[in-house]
Amino acid sequence: MIYDSLIELLKWLSITGPAASAIAAFINSIFPVVFIIPFALFAVYLERKVSAHMQDRLGPMRVGWHGWLQSFADILKLIQKEDVVPAQADRWLFNIAPVLAFVGSYAAFAAIPFTSTYVGSGIDLGIIFIVAISSLVVASLLMAGWASNNKYSLLGAMRSAAQIISYEIPTVVVILTLLCVTGTLSLYQLSENQTGNIFNWMIFGGYSGGWQKFALIPFMLVGMVILFISTLAEVNRTPFDIPEAESELVAGYHTEYTGMKFAMFFLAEYANMFAVSAIVSALFFGGYQSPFGYVGKLLGISWLVPFEQLFWFTMKGMFFVFVQMWLRWTLPRLRVDQLMNMCWKYLIPISIANFLIVAFLMAL
Amino acid sequence: MSIKTEHMVLNMGPQHPSTHGVLRLEVELDGEIIIDVKPHIGYLHRCFEKHCEALTYPQIIPYVDRLDYLASMYNEFGYVVAVEKMLGIQVPERVEYIRVIMGELQRIASHLVAVGTYGIDIGAFTPFLYCFRDRERILNLFEMTCGARLLYNYFWIGGLSHDIPPDFVRIAKEFVQDFKGTLKELNNLLSYNKIFVERTANVGILSVETAINYGITGPNLRASGVKWDLRRDDPYSVYSKLDFDIPVGQGLQGTVGDCWDRYYIRVLEMEQSVKILEQALDQIPEGNVQEALPKRIKPAEGQIYTRVENPKGELGYFIVSKGGLQPHRVKVRAPSFVHLGIMGELCKGHLVADIIAVLGSIDIVLGEVDR
Repeated sequence: MIYDSLIELLKWLSITGPAASAIAAFINSIFPVVFIIPFALFAVYLERKVSAHMQDRLGPMRVGWHGWLQSFADILKLIQKEDVVPAQADRWLFNIAPVLAFVGSYAAFAAIPFTSTYVGSGIDLGIIFIVAISSLVVASLLMAGWASNNKYSLLGAMRSAAQIISYEIPTVVVILTLLCVTGTLSLYQLSENQTGNIFNWMIFGGYSGGWQKFALIPFMLVGMVILFISTLAEVNRTPFDIPEAESELVAGYHTEYTGMKFAMFFLAEYANMFAVSAIVSALFFGGYQSPFGYVGKLLGISWLVPFEQLFWFTMKGMFFVFVQMWLRWTLPRLRVDQLMNMCWKYLIPISIANFLIVAFLMAL
Repeated sequence: MSIKTEHMVLNMGPQHPSTHGVLRLEVELDGEIIIDVKPHIGYLHRCFEKHCEALTYPQIIPYVDRLDYLASMYNEFGYVVAVEKMLGIQVPERVEYIRVIMGELQRIASHLVAVGTYGIDIGAFTPFLYCFRDRERILNLFEMTCGARLLYNYFWIGGLSHDIPPDFVRIAKEFVQDFKGTLKELNNLLSYNKIFVERTANVGILSVETAINYGITGPNLRASGVKWDLRRDDPYSVYSKLDFDIPVGQGLQGTVGDCWDRYYIRVLEMEQSVKILEQALDQIPEGNVQEALPKRIKPAEGQIYTRVENPKGELGYFIVSKGGLQPHRVKVRAPSFVHLGIMGELCKGHLVADIIAVLGSIDIVLGEVDR
């Protein structure tokens, strides 16, 4: 664990006690930021390129080689923008909302294991923590929508709250299903267990062995699809981008935001995209585990392994981020009532049935 | 004690991403349920009709272009047919064929914009760019013919401003061939998409009776199941020599006359336009496109109303002449204007998101609504 190594390092520098743990905790917690911000910049660029190539266009081409500096240029532009607060807005809530949105998505990274040696906080209830903390976003969206004093923002925020809260239920049911099989809620433990090869991943029935493993495969697939759909809804991506449905609600809850406050929402959205992709890959696709062995182990270079794990973790995350983009640029948007129907009439009953079947199989 | 509640009034537009121009919809909402929709128009009013009274007949053509700027060729078509009827000019066969070819290419271009932007309204962005890719090729054809891509001034009274260039027929045939494939692609990507169908089927159902009472024409009327097309029912130019079907809404995914039908009828019409184009491109005779141009355009005293099947619906020109060089009065029956009137009727009881679905499906162009 990086935290422990840091404490050791600080001890060597003759810093001990609460000061040492404070410094170590700070450095430990900085890592996700160092990861998220470049990731978000890259994801914005990727999104534009992916959409462009899907649509027979080139996308950004001017700033840097094939426009790779476009996101930096955008950030520079956003920083320079005038910070407009609408005259009738609730100033306090209006200013807090984007920060809270970012905090919600950033805090979720605390429990996400990036490698076997780095996890912000290896709490036993990791996955439940993520589900809980990312619900903070709902509060921030409601705040933003209400404080903007704009009808479109309010409608967007209301839809968003209803949507995110509803879709948390199937998410949690799928997590319970996994709990049945694995007996752990710690993402770190879960990833650690799916080691070895690709067939130990939960999507292939997990590492338990025995005949149950094969019986579980179809139900794991169903669970994975439900989890992916409902996390898609939780991060407001197409076909569930109803809260910010451009053609109806202009930009939904962030209609009135400009400059860096808008950038905060934007950053939070892309951070969330990666967070949910990380959850899907940690739960079903082995987390940071390589699908085959590690080069580091083969060559006997132990420090190489965590880097390989980071590589695989990022790759898996990026793959699901790519799938999200792919869906976004292919599918139309559902209507708000159809969205609710989909959740309550299909996803929840199917996920509960799936849960019961898996529980039954495991009890046999 | 009862709590006082009131309906929320939401102004959609004039600066709104999906009002297709500068249209303001005053929407009365109960939660997300629509109580009433009132369109407010006039943001693009340019006094076209009054302006015509100060212009000579040929000078009006460039202004006609600006009515439905997505179907400029067809606006000119209607106007020149009206003035030619007043003058009693018979234009050469070649001119008629070129006009039909241009008109049908324009119909495809206009429907492509309608279908593509409808996709955006529903949330699918990508089909829009596929549609624009195809439209681009049509615009290139127009550009090589008359030099303009949007506002052509190509149809002249009694003829055309230019003959088609020698390569035109070959390139147009290539386009028509390719377009059949891309239409299939569009259908697979958008028309039969489950989410798209969910959003549009059984939404904004327009019954035949309501449609006729409101004066709805064109694809919107045909989507409700009425086989009424001026190209067949009141033929002009050489349409009577060409073989084509008139698709009508069948309620394949929901009820007859719903948004999906109104969308799909445009896809089917593009197929029929392709059929017309194939015939017209083969049959086009030789000739001089400017031989019938009159020296002086001065219709005798009288009045005339002619109508053509514009991509949007029935485009009518009512022209009164007092025997001068300028018309005494010009009135345009603009299909988009008439169609906009149905908004309130179609939206009642639906959700906010459906306003966009309904507005997109009736396919209006604000340049024509406000004139």
